[in-house]
Amino acid sequence: MLIKLSGARVFDPTQNWNGEVRDIFMRDGRMVAEPEPGARIDETYSLPGRVIMAGAIDMHTHIGGGKVNIARMMLPEDHRRDLVERGEHTRSGCGCAAPSTLTAGYRYAEMGYTACFEPAMLPVNARQAHLEMGDTPMVDKGAYAMLGSDDFFLRMMVAQEDQRAINDYVAFTLNAAQAMAIKVVNPGGISAFKFNQRSLDLDESHVHYQGVTPRKVVLALARALEELSVPHPLHIHGCNLGVPGNVETTLDTIAASEGFPIHLTHIQFHSYGTEGPRKFSSGAARIAEAINNNPHVTADVGQILFNQTVTASGDSMAQHRNAHHGSPRKSVVMDIECDAGCGVVPFRYRDKNFVNALQWAIGLEIFLLTNDPWRIFLTTDHPNGAPFTSYPHLIRLLMDKPFRDEMFARIDPDAAALSTLGSITREYTLAEIAIMTRAAPARILGLQDCGRLGPGASADIVVYRDDANREDMFTKPEYVFKGGVRVVKDGKIQQVTWGNVHVVKPEYDRAIEKRVSAYYDRYQTISLNSLRVRDDEIPLLSNGAELRVHTCARHRGKP
Amino acid sequence: MTTTHTSVCCGFCGLLCDDLTLEEQGGVLQVTAAGCARASSAFARVSGATDAQRSPRIKGHPTDLPTAIAAAAKILAGSQLPLFAGLGTDIHGMRGLMDLADHCGAVLDHMNATAKFRNILTVQGYGWVTTTFSEVRNRADLIVVMGSDVASRFPRFYERLVWPAEALFVPDLSQRKIVSVGTAQTAAAQSPEGVTPHHIPCGNADLPDVLAALRARFNGQGLAVTEVAGVPVSALDELAQQIREAQYAVLVWVAPDLDFPQAELTTQMIAGLLGDINQKTRAAGLPLGGNDGDFSADAVLIWQSGFPFRTSLASGKPDYNPHLYDTEGLLERDEADALLWVSSLDSRDARPETKVPTVVLADAGMPVDDDVAVWIPVATPGVDCEGHLFRGDKILALPLRAVIDTGLPTIKVVAQGILKQLESA
Repeated sequence: MLIKLSGARVFDPTQNWNGEVRDIFMRDGRMVAEPEPGARIDETYSLPGRVIMAGAIDMHTHIGGGKVNIARMMLPEDHRRDLVERGEHTRSGCGCAAPSTLTAGYRYAEMGYTACFEPAMLPVNARQAHLEMGDTPMVDKGAYAMLGSDDFFLRMMVAQEDQRAINDYVAFTLNAAQAMAIKVVNPGGISAFKFNQRSLDLDESHVHYQGVTPRKVVLALARALEELSVPHPLHIHGCNLGVPGNVETTLDTIAASEGFPIHLTHIQFHSYGTEGPRKFSSGAARIAEAINNNPHVTADVGQILFNQTVTASGDSMAQHRNAHHGSPRKSVVMDIECDAGCGVVPFRYRDKNFVNALQWAIGLEIFLLTNDPWRIFLTTDHPNGAPFTSYPHLIRLLMDKPFRDEMFARIDPDAAALSTLGSITREYTLAEIAIMTRAAPARILGLQDCGRLGPGASADIVVYRDDANREDMFTKPEYVFKGGVRVVKDGKIQQVTWGNVHVVKPEYDRAIEKRVSAYYDRYQTISLNSLRVRDDEIPLLSNGAELRVHTCARHRGKP
Repeated sequence: MTTTHTSVCCGFCGLLCDDLTLEEQGGVLQVTAAGCARASSAFARVSGATDAQRSPRIKGHPTDLPTAIAAAAKILAGSQLPLFAGLGTDIHGMRGLMDLADHCGAVLDHMNATAKFRNILTVQGYGWVTTTFSEVRNRADLIVVMGSDVASRFPRFYERLVWPAEALFVPDLSQRKIVSVGTAQTAAAQSPEGVTPHHIPCGNADLPDVLAALRARFNGQGLAVTEVAGVPVSALDELAQQIREAQYAVLVWVAPDLDFPQAELTTQMIAGLLGDINQKTRAAGLPLGGNDGDFSADAVLIWQSGFPFRTSLASGKPDYNPHLYDTEGLLERDEADALLWVSSLDSRDARPETKVPTVVLADAGMPVDDDVAVWIPVATPGVDCEGHLFRGDKILALPLRAVIDTGLPTIKVVAQGILKQLESA
């Protein structure tokens, strides 16, 4: 079946399509080149005045796994603000800060998102992440496995094992957890907290694993991913999250990567200075400059927006430290399986609160001062900075200077006085939005057939009305196609589909499995076979989803 | 002929031991290594069911599966408020039941929910600091058990978690201290050297007072009494000091054993104590559960609806009310007018008394009740079908395999069959 979308302005930065009016075609779920004249076109959509982009990709969103379900369980009062009735095609559920899996999938699709990546999958909790992602309809998904605070790895670090052994362990973990990338969270710090260490600076030794520092953990893992040619570089949630002055830590972390590619996640939470009367200031300009000057560095912002949300993080150390800020005042902190940890703290960001207002401004400053939209990604670290449903609002803040000024005028005046936001004139263009929400995430993750509209790509297409109010425009696309199926019309689900599971499977020396297996038999409470998520389990876990294995052949090389 | 199955994962309690050896003879399973009494009887009972026990029944008369499914669908179609309870199932069974419940507008409750709310309400109101099995095994130097003989519900708890051959961070395991407050531990808790846990005896119903006193003493607050519910304050002082000195103290409780009014205030007291300890040193709770698939069914319900058990889908939207949607209350008040009772894991018939039309999905080991309107034997995850269950620390979902093939349908297949009938009606 050949379908033509005709007359819209089309944005696909990978094709250099920057909004010129053109016709695009799809056949049997894939994009195809313009057919020979006279070819039979089964269906034509006439779309003058519309804007077309590929389906959007959220490269950092907590949609599945243990801590997300703890957040859901903790917050019945929040769910009740947005109960979702079952519809003709859709199941009941709830929205807001910690939405049900089904509602999350519907709402992502209704906003034009067709792929989502869970960034903090504990290897021991991998099945739960896949189960919850499996019950998230509409979108493709994948997850990043967490390493860096697990005792097997920290023992390797203490023993100063060869990088090749570390590479094998990293590759084994990617395979065993069915993961797309590796994330490190508070490197070594989640483990250190179990030993009653309450902070761990970049060059500070772990209290038990003497000589192991976050700097060494970051370097070993960043190097491993580069040497394994895993497309996505090490995804780093750095030390000292939320601590005033952590801009220095973040700049030092960039240096610690020694030129190996790294991705700094929710960097807004890591861009705080200590200037000003309250010893809390914006480090955004220095961070943006560092990103601009270091082509091996990418970042997503983790923008905060003013509303009720919940913070769910693997960083048990930081979450325990911040639990007293919780609103409502409750928290869950967990030490997990000699593997990692987590912490869940509900949070309400307020525009009249000095710190929250400055956090908001810092995030926007980073967006607007970073030059290259290929290397800065639009996230709220859902739900930590704000629920993903606030993306259209965030896009408007980036694209609409008068609107941004209006919002800026409402925040705490002491915070506003410390921010340069009012003087920044930049407005993101549609072409730049298409880069940062489509083409760039696809590139940084190594997704060959997503985030673009050229021939061969998956027919994941979003048709927007070109509304001057960009928030309205991005809230409610006119049509969304997923794999060629029209799943959304006028912002409402028309047909429910279930996406695929994206993974990488780098090669490694199987000898590492014998070592890990012996370690599991000796110390853990399951066997390695119970830990490993088998390929043939994926359809059962993930609701019939298929594995999409991405190649690890691309060698990026040091810059 | 005897077939040996090794490294079998057992779903009959929340420990989910994955190291069992079973021998199969004529389709009947016997646990021959790494077992416990609970596993032995469950594997034998489910695998040893007779053909008659494996036949669906309508009011006691044997029938075929499609007829039974049609009869079940008819009962649900005629119901204004169906109650899906028991919910002794695995993750995939629960997924199937959720699809059906959403279509029917059912209420969902679990046979263990009364006990589970002693924990759920504490998390929803206060939160806590918790830990998992391998952390306990490798890190705990002080384990305080409150109100339970843990091995009675989790037979291999001490063998696997407390007294292993070695641990990562406790160099001399003979120094690991066990203290039980309230119910005493049985022989399983003894260390390999024959040391029995230190016991602070009191009635479980006195735990609210005793634990409140412990927390007060931990925080250095004065008490105007010298004993609380028969426990000398000096014994609590000693325990508070042990907690302060511990590298990693673990407080263990098993909610079903905290069977006294407002027990959630006691788990909240424990959570508060954990919060206090963690201001300066490390400690974590281990609220054990996972029996009868309770964590599995609850997890699916939470991620699909946002809410735990006692959630009604009758209005088309989830409506969570732990005080309104309990099985006993809904039946006593004549609000639920049909019951779908699900119990595929432990052959224990925990059904409430009721006159409403009832559909039972039960494992083949369950004694058949011929008065039930529709009785459908189903496969048991880990015996005659594959599945996944959450372990008793909620962090691991482990795969269970089909050790034998009995041809019994899974709960998901039955739920889908009923749903198909209802959708085409």
